[in-house]
Amino acid sequence: MHYFANPTRFQRLSRRVEPWLLGLMLICFAAGLYLSLFASPVDYQQGHTVRIMYIHVPAAWMALFCYTAMAVSAAVALIWKHALADVAAKATAPIGAAFTFLSLVTGSLWGKPMWGTWWVWDARLTSVLVLFFLYLGYMALRDAFDEPGRGARASAILVLVGFVNVPIIKFSVDWWNTLHQPSSVLRMQGPTIHPDMLTPLFLMAAAFQLYYFWLLLIRIRCELMSNRVRALRHRQAAAG
Amino acid sequence: MNAVSILFRREMRLAMRQSADSLMVIAFFVIAVVLFPFGVGPEPNMLARIGPGVIWVAALLAAMLSMDRMFMGDYEDGSLELLVLSPVALEVAVCIKVLVHWLTTGVPLICAAPLLFVMMNVPGEIWPVLLLTLLLGTPVLSLIGSIGAALTLGARRGGVLLSLLILPLVIPVLIFAAGAGDAVLYGEGAKANLMLLGGVLLAALALTPWATAQALREAVA
Repeated sequence: MHYFANPTRFQRLSRRVEPWLLGLMLICFAAGLYLSLFASPVDYQQGHTVRIMYIHVPAAWMALFCYTAMAVSAAVALIWKHALADVAAKATAPIGAAFTFLSLVTGSLWGKPMWGTWWVWDARLTSVLVLFFLYLGYMALRDAFDEPGRGARASAILVLVGFVNVPIIKFSVDWWNTLHQPSSVLRMQGPTIHPDMLTPLFLMAAAFQLYYFWLLLIRIRCELMSNRVRALRHRQAAAG
Repeated sequence: MNAVSILFRREMRLAMRQSADSLMVIAFFVIAVVLFPFGVGPEPNMLARIGPGVIWVAALLAAMLSMDRMFMGDYEDGSLELLVLSPVALEVAVCIKVLVHWLTTGVPLICAAPLLFVMMNVPGEIWPVLLLTLLLGTPVLSLIGSIGAALTLGARRGGVLLSLLILPLVIPVLIFAAGAGDAVLYGEGAKANLMLLGGVLLAALALTPWATAQALREAVA
């Protein structure tokens, strides 16, 4: 693991991986969007609005995935002082917040025609909203210190504390019977969705995932460069 | 044991010397609740319906006000560093500080609550349940708040930031506490909600001192 803690080595590797990620992502997006928007069947109850699912569900999965990734990176950064893990956590936060926001918005757009309301105070919706606030809190706390290292460590602890929310979101639809439908894909008895809908859903999920990794590599490189700029500025200022 | 009791007495004495702080929290609590009859109209049934929830939200916001003082004084005058270095485990010191915080803000909140029950026309049969939720819930606020207070030491705009960090985390407390009152009104019994609230308290008691202590170590590092 410490092999990749070296920023130069990481940058060399990430430059090599990046075009592959981009290519794979474009293929997944093209196939997933075609299948989900044109080739997949229309739901017998929901009509064409069911197609919102192909954005909404992967975005919600990514919202949870990003927070989990952040928590793991934060733990690695705290325990082993792994510099790159810390940068990864920082780079993940805005992406995760964007995915959470996307899932809230698409859920709202889907809820209006299906449930007849933009928003209900249901357990799933509320806990995802809390997740969004946790992302915002993380970013705010990280920026609130004059010394960047202190912000990094404080926000790492916050991410770990806020992680209690992730299982609550996952199981909220099983524990509380409210308006949001129970889980139908990731469940013990196997998915309850027809393969014609499941295939585009998984393709879109893969596309979202690849998009995340692609963006993450770019953001990490960006962060490393701005760190270098800051270090050079400090040196310049110290030299007078 | 001796060091623990000395620390406890020091904290209590410090808190007592600044008793205006906890009076202010109570004043905020009462005023915030009293604003609601003006905002939604003084209709007694409506007030009874929203009363428990309003009182709980106000208690939460009032507790937030006092939170950033928890470690601030020690951080500014350097005694936090001595606390970190002292033979008393930092987790134990955190527990003492949280206990003192609860005794000086949580307990006065609970004492002031019956007055607000009267003003909000809360039905008499849910008074004991509501007081019990406050008794179980306010320590959780102090415990979770201690994490936020430790994390924001030395941060810019610490007080506002603290609310942003802590309020999402204490939403479960609010849900179960307000739910207990409603459950009694609907004749379901408050046992389930009270048990959940107790579970939250036990989990917070077991986990938060570690997180707070770690955050304090980072703050003085």
